[in-house]
Amino acid sequence: MQLVLEKRAERSNTIALISPLIAIGLTIVTMVILFAILGKNPLLALHAYFIAPLTDGYSLQEIAVKATPLVMIAIGLSLCYLANAWNIGAEGQFLIGAVAGSWIAVKTQGTDVGPWVLPAMLVLAAAAGALYALIPAICKVKFGASEILTSLMLVYVADLFLDYLVRGPWRDPHGFNFPTTAEFDPIATVPLLIEGGRLHLGAMIALLVVAAVAILLGRTIKGFEIRVVGAAPRAARFGGFNANQLVILTFAISGALAGFAGIIEVAGPVGHLQPGISPGYGFTAIIVAFLGRLNPLGILIAGLFVALTFIGGEQAQIAMKIPLDVTKVFQGILLFYVLACDSLILYRFKLVFPNRQVTRGAG
Amino acid sequence: MPMHQRMFDPTPQRLHSSEPPLLQTVELTKRYGDFIANDSIDIEIRPREIHALLGENGAGKSTLVKAIYGLIQPSAGEIRWHGEPIVLSGPSDARSRGIGMVFQHFSLFDNLTVAENVALGLDGKEPFKDMSARLEQVSKTYGLPLDPRREVWQLSVGERQRIEIVRALMQDPKFLILDEPTAVLTPQEADQLFIVLERLKAEGRAILYISHKLDEVKRLCDTATILRGGRKIETCNPQRETAASLARMMVGGEIKQVRAASGRKTTVPRLVVNDLSLAPAEAHGVRLEHISFELKGGEILGIAGVAGNGQDELFAALSGERLSKHSGTVVIEGIAAGHLSITQRRKLGAAFVPEERLGHGTAPRMKLSENALLTGHAASGMVRHGFIDTAATLKTVDRATETFDVRKAKRDPEAASLSGGNLQKFIVGREILRNPAVLVVSQPTWGVDAGAAAIIRQALLDLATAGAAVLVTSQDLDELAEIADRIAVMFHGRLSAPLAASEASREKLGLLMGGSSLEPKEATHAVGA
Repeated sequence: MQLVLEKRAERSNTIALISPLIAIGLTIVTMVILFAILGKNPLLALHAYFIAPLTDGYSLQEIAVKATPLVMIAIGLSLCYLANAWNIGAEGQFLIGAVAGSWIAVKTQGTDVGPWVLPAMLVLAAAAGALYALIPAICKVKFGASEILTSLMLVYVADLFLDYLVRGPWRDPHGFNFPTTAEFDPIATVPLLIEGGRLHLGAMIALLVVAAVAILLGRTIKGFEIRVVGAAPRAARFGGFNANQLVILTFAISGALAGFAGIIEVAGPVGHLQPGISPGYGFTAIIVAFLGRLNPLGILIAGLFVALTFIGGEQAQIAMKIPLDVTKVFQGILLFYVLACDSLILYRFKLVFPNRQVTRGAG
Repeated sequence: MPMHQRMFDPTPQRLHSSEPPLLQTVELTKRYGDFIANDSIDIEIRPREIHALLGENGAGKSTLVKAIYGLIQPSAGEIRWHGEPIVLSGPSDARSRGIGMVFQHFSLFDNLTVAENVALGLDGKEPFKDMSARLEQVSKTYGLPLDPRREVWQLSVGERQRIEIVRALMQDPKFLILDEPTAVLTPQEADQLFIVLERLKAEGRAILYISHKLDEVKRLCDTATILRGGRKIETCNPQRETAASLARMMVGGEIKQVRAASGRKTTVPRLVVNDLSLAPAEAHGVRLEHISFELKGGEILGIAGVAGNGQDELFAALSGERLSKHSGTVVIEGIAAGHLSITQRRKLGAAFVPEERLGHGTAPRMKLSENALLTGHAASGMVRHGFIDTAATLKTVDRATETFDVRKAKRDPEAASLSGGNLQKFIVGREILRNPAVLVVSQPTWGVDAGAAAIIRQALLDLATAGAAVLVTSQDLDELAEIADRIAVMFHGRLSAPLAASEASREKLGLLMGGSSLEPKEATHAVGA
């Protein structure tokens, strides 16, 4: 008896839907083993990770707050990935967006400026993120440079640039030498949805982004172009679609969304610019994009789930002294299983029994 | 029970019939999941026999020879070599036993020399110099001239095939499999190949000859086994059959005759190509040189030629996948279009059907409705203000399905799930339903079953009757003879002057396909080098 992978005649839509769930299941099994090895009670650990955060209002809000940048970035990335353009540098675009938006906040600090400040910050952050993403896109189109490498390398450039600004020119003079800007003025801050809570306007914007991209991909010719270029480049050219143009477009959109998420994070939950504003949102969003099947609605659900692991990880650390890095391990294992389970969409397992021996004279 | 039949076979010149089979398959079966590619196939091949394996695409010919050559393992049944059951661990195992194969698609490295390519394909540890010498020796002995020092990209398709044949012969096979060897040859080159095959036969070797060209099989082969739908239908002596009876066995029924409407009138020129020259886009691509022709409404122009002589490049230049610097090189419906994109050309009334169905003509993993949108978005009212009208795309699928008898499992399946013939009917249908003024179609029936091929050819004729200009590129001379009004030949990126179909004999076309000129100065040997 033998287990073989067999190609399906047509992709299975059922599996396409449940493949992320299988991946999550396998991840949880792996985590249980991992917790047991660490000497922690796996059931308690799972409870801390997945159940406890869902039981109080604060944590629920916090999940939405964490999911906001993840979903926004992942939605942008999904457009790139659908078009076969591999933007790995959303983290950098996120940081550059945060920096560009903060520039207005820092420069207008303490002055009596009008309510145009926040919208201006948002627009500038999106524009900066888009321009930053265009560097690898243009390098790819013009010179054939691998966008995977260039976009990734630009993450470190952005990271160090932010670091320089908050340690040098933008440092808060009253900040006890901590590398941070001063708290943004209230007018330069993203308003809260619930008074005294954590949920902010960014979460609403993220929902709008999900809806808009769902319409773009499902209903418009532009969305169709993006999908064809990724799925069958030669057919796309035959259809009259320009792949290079779409690399530029999808990188610009995803850079803009990442930059937008960056300023919302800084002008929202964080309140000032400092190193470490992102626990790796730009990279985690890659997992979210694939876990959500590069589908807007799927990404929304995946974003909430991955945000849950962030919050759950914090709770597990507090309650059970499980290292916070276990969350990253969890996310890594999850991506691994998601990609592995995807093969089931086009293939299926089959048990094969040994060949029937042909007996002479039969038949 | 079929084993006894052979004993009493009274075929003349069958001195060898008493010899035991060299290779035999017994109830050989190959399953891929639920699909049975080969269903209990018995076949016997004797020394000094050229045995044809006949069948349509998808009949199971490739699967059978892959099993015999050790590329795949049968699911059930056995292969016997000299009467002994064998299990082949792979192609090198097959080669070491004396089974050789020449594939339809060559596996050669363009940037390596002939000798280097041959060396890479041999299993032995023979020094390169000795091997080169032996290569020259073998190629001379069999009349397959090859210069071992030339790089492959400089060679014609026929020469490339020679490399594959010589490579197989250098291992001194007792049994040689040839997969559609004449598909890429001119009629004259095919004649030369037949001489080589007769000689191999005389040396006592056995040959399994895969083909669907019935005339060839009748001329060359001693025995023919016909496969259909994965089963063996019959083993017969092809010389005693007619082409029609062989075709019936292959197809399992009569093929509808394609009929041209009588009294078709040509109208105004709808596609004009003026002195089109284009450098190749890829390394070792073909440069188009000074191509000119004029195609009127109501007319079908056929372009013959051995693959790789610039047909792909011409298609790209006509469709707008590659643009020309000079707008006047391609004129569609009286409008200079050389600089226009494929979308703009479609808006002028042109439609295109490329050679490759999956990946070029369609996105394989997308639905038919989305593939209707792929070429219909520009000019078929499927898109309004940037939004897709899904109902309109589905309507195109339904109309194509109905008009061209596209068989599929559900209303809107993925393109890749359709059989080759049905997908090709959809693709041709998708374009014809747009009522094009000009249709450029490449290899319209390549790898398509006979029924679908007849429907497609009829559709092209009907389109021309309705007044469209149709340009058909095909390697199948019979197909061009059947539907084209005029036939031109592509060779090395140049296009010959078109011949009227009535004057385009196989001999004339063959000469043009081989690069000779039809001018009456053949006596002198001035042309050459």
